[in-house]
Amino acid sequence: MHPAAKPVGFVVCLMPFLWLVWAAFTNGLGANPAEALVRSTGDWTLRALCLVLLVTPLRVITGCTAWARFRRMAGLFVYFYALMHLLSYSWFDMGFDVADTVRDIIQRPFILVGTTAVLLLTLLAATSFNRAIRALGARRWQQLHRLVYGIAALGLLHFFWMRSGKNDYAEVAVYAGIIGVLLGWRVWRAWRTRTP
Amino acid sequence: MIIKTQRDGFLHGVPSEITPAGVYQQRRTLMKHLATGVAGAALASWAARQAMAQGTPRPGKLAALPGGRSAVAGASTMEKLTDYKDASTYNNFYEFGTDKSDPAKNAHTLKTSPWTVEVEGLVRKPGKFAIEDLIKLSAQEERVYRLRCVEGWSMVIPWVGYSMSELIRRVEPLGSAKFVEFVTLADPKTMPFVGSRVLEWPYVEGLRLDEAMHPLTLLTFGMYGEVMPNQNGAPVRLVVPWKYGFKSGKSIVKIRFTEKQPATAWNVAAASEYGFYSNVNPNVDHPRWSQSTERRIGEDGLLAKKRKTLMFNGYEAQVGQLYAGMDLKKFY
Repeated sequence: MHPAAKPVGFVVCLMPFLWLVWAAFTNGLGANPAEALVRSTGDWTLRALCLVLLVTPLRVITGCTAWARFRRMAGLFVYFYALMHLLSYSWFDMGFDVADTVRDIIQRPFILVGTTAVLLLTLLAATSFNRAIRALGARRWQQLHRLVYGIAALGLLHFFWMRSGKNDYAEVAVYAGIIGVLLGWRVWRAWRTRTP
Repeated sequence: MIIKTQRDGFLHGVPSEITPAGVYQQRRTLMKHLATGVAGAALASWAARQAMAQGTPRPGKLAALPGGRSAVAGASTMEKLTDYKDASTYNNFYEFGTDKSDPAKNAHTLKTSPWTVEVEGLVRKPGKFAIEDLIKLSAQEERVYRLRCVEGWSMVIPWVGYSMSELIRRVEPLGSAKFVEFVTLADPKTMPFVGSRVLEWPYVEGLRLDEAMHPLTLLTFGMYGEVMPNQNGAPVRLVVPWKYGFKSGKSIVKIRFTEKQPATAWNVAAASEYGFYSNVNPNVDHPRWSQSTERRIGEDGLLAKKRKTLMFNGYEAQVGQLYAGMDLKKFY
């Protein structure tokens, strides 16, 4: 793979964020910029999640191991957008008011689901560098990082629950479909390698 | 020696110094604001209102529909108007999609002419009104209302229309009429999302007869001095400023007087979340979110704090007596 592939991937993954910052400062986020920021950072978290889950199937199916080099970067972008999502919510929606936030979470439990997913992602991001992998041992590290499957499920639940207000599940179905296929492929592969 | 000056013992004010009637009539609100420490904001909006005393500047997008000043109490809030662009691109009109940017993109297919509104049910004089006749039924007035969406955002919009009571009086409801049902257009040919499973179609809303008769309840034909943009509910919609926005049906085709409480769209979809009354009430939360605050669209950018939601959206003095003795937690 071309040596520039990784830096290019990095810039591409960062572009949605740069675009949002640009739009926020140039009044380009529509009538309700706070809502637009909260929603689009959430959307981009889900998209990054699809991307990171795509890495392994791509590597196995194409037989090109170079894809694995993008996995950590994609994973860290999931965490980055999830953090921006949480930050947009607590800052622009809640104004960092703890009492308001607690009240809001009691009424909207799906926020708690999302927050749990971010906390779990923190665990993965904190153990994403080489020394952590060595310290944990490859096997334990891999077991820990399988948490991302659970995190994907939590993210979907969070999105589904949020959209239930409008009975509008079209977009949720798209993400559930993509993530379902990517996780289903793993189940299928594990099952196939186990049976003789 | 007699020194003559311009002074004749009486100083005449110039017209620009005269307080507009709307402001004068709301001086108690202004004093309340002074007492509660939001004087700065109130005075700023007063200045804005002064500047607009000659009428709302037209956005210049659609045909003009001027409205005269209204004598109805509470008809003109002094708050800063929401930008026309925001008011016409951030809409809930599910027939054109559930995203708030969808109606502005999709509603161009709506055919608003010819258009008739049928009045039926428990009235002495039922009939069909062509939109051109309905517009001329009574003098158009400008009403600057706060609009509070059940989702937690709000706007200030200068509507053009006349009190719904003008139409109701002319069709002479029977003594047995207790409710008014508003049926809106459901045309799958021009409305791409009619048929989606989000709600039942057509979208139906309703009011108690006394609510519909309240002078603030506006049969609305335009906004910002022009005819209604399609995405805001052209050619005729209702605006009930003390209730959550969804109570104000858009693109109305039928008005029916009934004895029984109408089955309204959101109430049918989720009865535990959306009551028949749906009065703006900061003390009764939606089961899934708080209603105590709201985000005013276009207000001071990203870092502006949300503002406190007012009882009956600030129209308590005008409409509170409609609900005297009612448990508003039960009749949400």
